[in-house]
Amino acid sequence: MPETPDTAMAKISISMAVNGKPVSTTLDPRTLLVQFLREKLLLTGTHVGCDTSQCGACVVLVDGAAVKSCTMLAVQADGTSVTTIEGVAGPAGLHPMQEAFREHHGLQCGFCTPGMIMSALDMVARLGPALDAATIRENLEGNLCRCTGYHNIVKAIAAGAEAMGAGAKAAAE
Amino acid sequence: MYAFDYQRPAALSEAASLLGADPEAKILAGGQTLLPTLKQRLAQPTMLVDLGRLPGLSAIEKTAEGVAIGALVKHVAVATSDVVRQVIPALADLAGMIGDPAVRNRGTIGGSLANDDPTADYPAAVLALNATVVTDRRSIAAGDYFQGLFTTALEEGEIIVRVDFPQVERAGYAKFPNPASRYAMAGVFVAKTAAEVRVAVTGAGQSGVFLWEEAGDVLSSDFAPAAIASLQLDPADLMSDLHGNAEYRAQLVKAMAKRAVAQALA
Amino acid sequence: MNESIVTPIGAAVRRKEDQRFITGKGRYTDDMNRPGQAFAYFLRSPHAHAHIRAIDASAARAMPGVVAILTGADLAQDKIGDLICGWMITSKDGTPMRMGSHPALAKDKVRYVGDHVAVVIADTLDAAKDAAAAIAVDYEVLPAVADLGTADAGAQIHDCAPRNVAFEWELGDRATTDAAFAQAAHVTKIDIVNNRLAPNAMEPRAAIGEYDPGDEAFTLWTTSQNPHVARLVLSAFVGIAPEHKLRVIAPDVGGGFGSKIFIYAEETVCAWASKRVGRPVKWTADRSEAFLSDAHGRDHVSHAELATDAAGKILGLKVHTRANLGAYMSTFSSCVPTYLYATLLSGQYAIPAIHCEVDAIYTTTAPVDAYRGAGRPEATFLVERIVDKAARELGLDPAEFRRRNFITTFPHQTPVIMNYDAGDYAASLDLALEMADYKGFPARRAEAEARGKLRGIGLSNYIEACGIAPSAAVGSLGAGVGLWESAEVRVNPTGNVEVLTGSHSHGQGHETTFAQLVSARLGIPIDQVSVVHGDTDKVQFGMGTYGSRSGAVGMSAIVKALDKVEAKAKKIAAHILEAAEGDIEFKDGKFTVAGTDRALAFAEVALNAYVAHKFPTSEIEPGLKEGAFYDPTNFTFPAGCHICEVEVDPETGVTQIVNFTAVDDFGIVINPMIVEGQVHGGIAQGVGQALLEGVTYDADGQLVTGSYMDYTMPRADDLPSFRLGLTQTRCPSNPLGIKGCGEAGAIGAPPAVINALADALGTQDVPMPATPAKVWALAKTRAVRQAAE
Repeated sequence: MPETPDTAMAKISISMAVNGKPVSTTLDPRTLLVQFLREKLLLTGTHVGCDTSQCGACVVLVDGAAVKSCTMLAVQADGTSVTTIEGVAGPAGLHPMQEAFREHHGLQCGFCTPGMIMSALDMVARLGPALDAATIRENLEGNLCRCTGYHNIVKAIAAGAEAMGAGAKAAAE
Repeated sequence: MYAFDYQRPAALSEAASLLGADPEAKILAGGQTLLPTLKQRLAQPTMLVDLGRLPGLSAIEKTAEGVAIGALVKHVAVATSDVVRQVIPALADLAGMIGDPAVRNRGTIGGSLANDDPTADYPAAVLALNATVVTDRRSIAAGDYFQGLFTTALEEGEIIVRVDFPQVERAGYAKFPNPASRYAMAGVFVAKTAAEVRVAVTGAGQSGVFLWEEAGDVLSSDFAPAAIASLQLDPADLMSDLHGNAEYRAQLVKAMAKRAVAQALA
Repeated sequence: MNESIVTPIGAAVRRKEDQRFITGKGRYTDDMNRPGQAFAYFLRSPHAHAHIRAIDASAARAMPGVVAILTGADLAQDKIGDLICGWMITSKDGTPMRMGSHPALAKDKVRYVGDHVAVVIADTLDAAKDAAAAIAVDYEVLPAVADLGTADAGAQIHDCAPRNVAFEWELGDRATTDAAFAQAAHVTKIDIVNNRLAPNAMEPRAAIGEYDPGDEAFTLWTTSQNPHVARLVLSAFVGIAPEHKLRVIAPDVGGGFGSKIFIYAEETVCAWASKRVGRPVKWTADRSEAFLSDAHGRDHVSHAELATDAAGKILGLKVHTRANLGAYMSTFSSCVPTYLYATLLSGQYAIPAIHCEVDAIYTTTAPVDAYRGAGRPEATFLVERIVDKAARELGLDPAEFRRRNFITTFPHQTPVIMNYDAGDYAASLDLALEMADYKGFPARRAEAEARGKLRGIGLSNYIEACGIAPSAAVGSLGAGVGLWESAEVRVNPTGNVEVLTGSHSHGQGHETTFAQLVSARLGIPIDQVSVVHGDTDKVQFGMGTYGSRSGAVGMSAIVKALDKVEAKAKKIAAHILEAAEGDIEFKDGKFTVAGTDRALAFAEVALNAYVAHKFPTSEIEPGLKEGAFYDPTNFTFPAGCHICEVEVDPETGVTQIVNFTAVDDFGIVINPMIVEGQVHGGIAQGVGQALLEGVTYDADGQLVTGSYMDYTMPRADDLPSFRLGLTQTRCPSNPLGIKGCGEAGAIGAPPAVINALADALGTQDVPMPATPAKVWALAKTRAVRQAAE
């Protein structure tokens, strides 16, 4: 990804919470959110796989909703709470969606995986924990994978969603 | 991206004066089209005026005539809005077909209409429903608003505030996505009122969204998919590209029109 | 997971490497940053074909942040050599292939849109891009040669290659084939276009070159499937530095599919320029650059004829193929349409006579080289299309016609070099027919027809040659290298193990399967084994990962090293247990004196090997570390049967895959979970080729499909879930009995899909990619035809 240069243009000061930690910085307005995450915060789990906002390797959650961090300026995230793949696992260990990707072999080269997991979390947030294969495939429209043929990603997301649902239910009881 | 200045006005008037002072400034709404354009260095604005936090432009409201959707309302909000679902369900369906979930979480109705991509979805709904585009200066009827590829009636610095959609008896939207980009190759919005049926087509026309009047006419007397079966859309004004020639697009428009009518009847 | 358990061969062990990928801790090349690094941006040719009259970079050099602007003249000044093609093909007239000069930065001419004109190195990437726009290049534009069919008559691209022909090659015997055709009761003819594909690993290529003046040594981080081959080429041919002064590291690599085998201009320039500018130089492709400059795959135009007798037995096959090489011969481009293609034209069938001619043609397009399957998908597509067409012409069920012509005894020598060592083609056909409910198809077709849909079913009985490859054999065919693999097993004093391999993992899960193998063999838990790869300073040499070779060749090398470890450990155990070496048995992680209960755990022997107190070091050296080089004795021959069932909507031309069954014989399977994943991904790429993907250039040589807006990548909703089955014949040609699984899906799927469409549409002229627009037109023609009947 491009390293953002200093320019004559006025820099902007922004603050946000990234993975629960407050972050403040001053940057060139043209800095994309993904550049800020990767280059300034060194959170390199968020990837860039295309330049037309199609592949979804860069998906992160902004205030809980999936966005393509290659198609959002860092200044647009000012004041928000951003979650990247590095912030998904809790202190007790992996998130059920991460576990499901491993258990169901939902990844091969791993490059699209962070975006897939973030999109999966968004999917569960929007549609609930009971996801059938057709729904998952339709909702993966913005995430490309070249390794898996999606077969095991679909299985992983269904299982991860179910585990999240069971976890939420257990917590409520 | 080329370098630019960035402003985030707190009021509509401030946005207008920023845009008025700098003709090379551009409006940033959801950024789902503008930012990819800037990344490819296909545009070089001096300044981006980010409307993202402007108050009052993000509401969906039921009105006496139908529903008013603020310019900054995101596609996801329209797709999941109870009000839209109740007043014009086809509009909610359409919003749920734009881009992909992450794009729908950022893209806005105002941004889509200001950009007027010939393969975007919203223009079909606005034109078929005969909606009104309300700006900080005036109200523009749908029929006057769209003026060709990426060309609208908006003047320099004019800002869309909301879109007023009138309620109709029935409406339906069907879309055939481009296999690669998933933009519309043929998107047809059908709207039936007591007086008429309007059929608007996006994705297929060489000059952007258009009304398929012949289809509207026959559907006015017989609102059923079969009514379209004998029509032939002239391919002369339709796009041809890698993914299909004009003849194929004419066929898709017809097929989607039938499906849109079926949706409207469902 | 990294479980503390011993993992047997055949267990679906969860992957060790996943922990870092699912937590965002993968280490890909673009994730690395070196202190003081500068950024490279390549000024690329906007023209398909042009002379460069002059390059004026004076204004650009003066721009802020610019460190250097380098051109082909600077490469020449530093005596940096051309990029090479490592496989020599000899034309049928005995002349060597005509390899056009391929400098990393253009010298006098550019030959495709995206060719490298200059590199700008600057403090930031934006500064480099700004400066690149200010470079004035004076081009004399020449006619593009974008069409393979008419390239012979086009403007000459390389001085050395009249008619734009790189070579005209043949395999098989023309006279015996002609004689077979003279006996034919029927001849089936077919014209086939195998569409051009963009590999599209999700991680774009990237490189960081760094020069250490203190050691006069270079380090190159690069997205490579074979870092040692990259180092060899960059040292021995390009002349960046001697091998011992060039370290190449391929860290986590985000998919390759062949496209990251090759040695490209960009990493060459990053390494070279890092010394010139005295700073690390980093380059990362964006997707648009990847479409322009990653080597593409396929792109064949073929005519084939199949002779059959009155009993429906195949007598002979004639093939003439024109293969597009693009503008330059990429690293392995010459072997793809020749020895990886024509050698597989016998398919699964006993074909007594085969003759194949291949004309390899330059065009002003991106170079074409190996892409998942590399030659074998092209061969399989041709064979399985013409066999299907022949069956229909003969009025035979396609499954029956295939069965009638299967090879049934092994070893089987084909007329095109390959000697198939083992297989049972009827077994995979039978299982696939059963899983796909082939018998029930007519009812499903009738039901679909009642809904206004056209349903079709198609078979593909593929074979491939993997485990590439016996070194002497490939050497005799023109390869510039041997294709063995290396391994080193390092047992640490505490009994855990590091395995160093020349194979490279970029999604294949070697860190798991290789460790699984060691765990099973040494009887130690899998979390006690780590796999080291991808760094020329750590692993001495290796040939890398491609051609489904890591299992059959890479793991065989590990087995060989493990044999040596066991042998030495037994000697040590014999001394400690005071028994004869021949009486020591090794099983379940224990060395036991046969017939007694005297035993030592593996870790105890390891510790003793390093402590070296209890055996004579004059006889046995201390330590426990063994290396091996394994050279295969034959190719391996995975084979199987894929069955695709489609449903076409004649109103829109949309093809839905309603069922895809793949039954494969991969020999012994180490980890079925990983093998299935490989098959899934391969099928997706094969379906992509059949229905979605195609690189298109216009007549001016401009790339039309330059982004995901126009190049149709398979998405989740384009694909079904797949039904997989396995049959098994052990491969007799390597110690583990492995055949390889990486490419099968990409090879088997395209003809299955197109045969299904041909069945649905009632025509044999179904082009790839069979896009909705094309299928709609064919469905319309079918309706007209039916109405006429």
